[in-house]
Order: sequence, then C-alpha cells, then structure tokens
Amino acid sequence: MLLKRIIVCLDVRNGKTTKGIRFKGNINIGDPVVMARHYYEEGVDELVFYDITASAEGRRLFLDVVERVAEQIFIPFCVGGGIGSVQDMRDTLLAGAEKVSVNSQAVKNPRIIAEGASRFGSQCIVLGMDALRDPSLPSGYRVVINGGRTPTERDALQWALEAEKLGAGEIVINSIDADGTKEGYEITLTRMLSEAVQIPVVASGGAGKPEHLADVLIEGKADAALIASMVHYGEYSIPQIKEYLNARGIPIRMV
Amino acid sequence: MVTIGIMDYKAGNIRSVLTAVQYLGANGVISDDPDVLRRCDKLIIPGDGEAKAVMGVLALTGLGDFLREYFQLGKPILGICIGCQIVLERSEERSTPCLGFIPGEVVRFPKKPGLKVPHMGWNQVHHDTSHPIFHGVPEDSPCYFVHSYYPVPRYKEHEAARTEYGISFVSALKKENLIALQFHPEKSATPGLKMIENFIFHC
Repeated sequence: MLLKRIIVCLDVRNGKTTKGIRFKGNINIGDPVVMARHYYEEGVDELVFYDITASAEGRRLFLDVVERVAEQIFIPFCVGGGIGSVQDMRDTLLAGAEKVSVNSQAVKNPRIIAEGASRFGSQCIVLGMDALRDPSLPSGYRVVINGGRTPTERDALQWALEAEKLGAGEIVINSIDADGTKEGYEITLTRMLSEAVQIPVVASGGAGKPEHLADVLIEGKADAALIASMVHYGEYSIPQIKEYLNARGIPIRMV
Repeated sequence: MVTIGIMDYKAGNIRSVLTAVQYLGANGVISDDPDVLRRCDKLIIPGDGEAKAVMGVLALTGLGDFLREYFQLGKPILGICIGCQIVLERSEERSTPCLGFIPGEVVRFPKKPGLKVPHMGWNQVHHDTSHPIFHGVPEDSPCYFVHSYYPVPRYKEHEAARTEYGISFVSALKKENLIALQFHPEKSATPGLKMIENFIFHC
C-alpha cells in the first residue's frame, strides 16, 4: 500500500534556514545541511528547500547547500524558489535534487511546466501554489503569487487542472489563510484539489499539532502533509508525529 | 577496493547513486564509455527516463551492445527504475523493443478511479529473502517509487519482489548475475542503502 508522506520544509536565505510567520519577520534558525541530516535520521519521508533569496550570490550559496544536502541524505528532496527557466531546473537537478518546484514563475509563464516535464519527466516537476479564500471565484480560492503578496486572476482549481495537463507531476497547495496560524490545514481546498487531479497533492500551511496532519490526510485526502515550524522549534519530533498518525490507522513509514 | 561502474546515459539523477556508492565505502565511476565501464567490477544501470529515449541512446552510443556483453560475462549488474524495465523484452511505453535479458514486458498501470499515476512515494516491498541483495533487509520495508510503468516477467522464477498499488506488481527482477529494482534504493533510506551495500559486497 502506498504510504502517506510527511515532508519537512526548510526556507533558506543566504545559506541559512528561516521560518516565516505569514511570510513576515523571518528569523535565522540554523544550518540547512545539519537540519536536513537531523530530519533524515528522525525518519522524515521527504524534504523541501525553498530559496527565498533573490540575489545571484544567494543563489550560489543555495546550490552549494543543495549539493551538500545530497551527500548527506538518502531520501528524495525537492527544491523551489528562484526557478524560472529550464536551465535553472537543470542546475538544481544536477546539484542532486529529485524534484524542482515552480510557483510564481509558472503563473507568469505556464510553458515552463511543459518544457520541464518534457525535458526531465513529470515526476520531477512540482507545481507550488499559494491560494487565498475568495468567494468571488468559481472554486472559492484565488491564486496569489510572490510569496502571497500579489493576487492573480487565476482560480485555484482551474490552475491545478491546467498545471496537471501541462505535465506537473505533483501539486503543493499552500493556504495563505492558514499559513502560520498553527490552527490546521485548509481541508476544503486540499480535498477539492485532491479529488480533481490525478497527481499527488501535498497539503501545506497551518500545521500546529499532529491532529492537523491526520485531518488533512484523511478528510483532506492529501497524499502528503508538509510541516515546518511545529518541528523546527522542537515542539514535536518526526517520530512523535508518525507514532500518532500510525495509531490513528494512517498508513505511514515507521522507522 | 571494489569499483562500481555507473552507466551514464543522460537519464535521471545518477549523482545520488554515486553518492550512495561512495558513502558505503566503494569506488564509484560515472561513465558513458564502454571501455571504462568494462574495467569496473560491477555495474549499476541507474534510474529515471523514458524507454524509447533510453533505448535510442543505448543504440547510438554502443552502450546496448556493451550491456549484452557485460551480462553474458556474468558480471554483477544492478538495474534501477528504468534500468529495471529495459532488461525485459519490450515496453508498452511508445512500443519500445528492449534488451531482452529477461522474458517479459513492461506495461502501464491500469486506469482506475483513485489510482494516481505515476505511482510516487513510499510503498512496501515484499521481497525474496533468499536473494543476497535483500539480506538483512526487513520484510515489507518501505522503499521510494516513482514510475508509471511496471515490469511483467513471463516466468515466476524471475520475480524477486512484489508491491501492491491498485494491483500486485513485480517490483524487483532477478536472473543469474542481474538484479533489477523498480524503486530507488539510493532514495530509500536505511533499507535501500543496505541493498546497495549488499550489491557492492555480496552479489
């Protein structure tokens, strides 16, 4: 049976990890390579690294982090942030990442999904999507870009279906409403996307306790749940979360 | 020191295979040159890719003929993912004739409601404990899969593992000096590393 995945997300700025609360007030909390190795040993199923620097210098530091991570962990990991071309994808995959994630860049230029998928295979092209509740749109959710700051004309459900058609192999759906609240994932949004597309859907934003993961994996029908601050600040460990989910009868990789 | 050749045919993430081999204390050589690979003690055909493209590269570069020779010589070969599929006779993926080391074919997962394709993520591997590659690997260990097609060997004797995903499919193949894994051992944490270690030192 295919197991549900727990994915830890690390935001990286100038070679160091941060965790933003509602995308504001990021603070440094550590070395991403050390943290990656720690989560790997704890039994996390996958990792995601987001480069939140914009400068060329930051990009070099980031790719160096990716290379060092690849030497330390033997599970898949995805890299996002600052990927705007097929060449960026290639550089990142060659540095050792399993998948690349495109978000704002894909909204501005959807062809990048198709180009990446035909060049490297759908399995390594992930669509990251930030969505905000908006009853004026058909699905009730609007796609926002640039870290949640800029609204677009796109409907979240339509965009997910279009990205799947273009060749995305997975969708990470991040609720801006829930992000940083620690009050639980956006179940309605996650479930709507998961039921609509044939590719895996990863829920993101809002996790504060293990019950939230169980909710989104069961009711939200997510294939994976992404977490960050609930483990970064030592509140919970990966084994603790996995034991809880296992006890709830959710198929999970126990280490 | 054992030298493991890692065949470079412009497919997928082969660096992670090299990293795992080096991490386990062997010498790894990535090459697309049959002369370089011929000198290696053992060979890994790494993962990711599309059957027709891969077979095209093998024909163009002479690596296909090299593989036939290496297999005939009885030297150990480990196929991973697409490297587990091209050892069969043909693939349904764009009707591609393959190497034919093992009788059988490669087919796509059936269209079923709720069955997402590609099969991506961690899934349990029920393996043949008698094969040296699985020594010390706990039964039903979860391993990391990413694929839309799966191998269907004609004879049961070539099955080395099975996995359930909508159907029960063969997730590892074996024949003489060849072992082939549909999942990615280099991305499957401790059990995967154990398999690569077994291949390096005990196959």
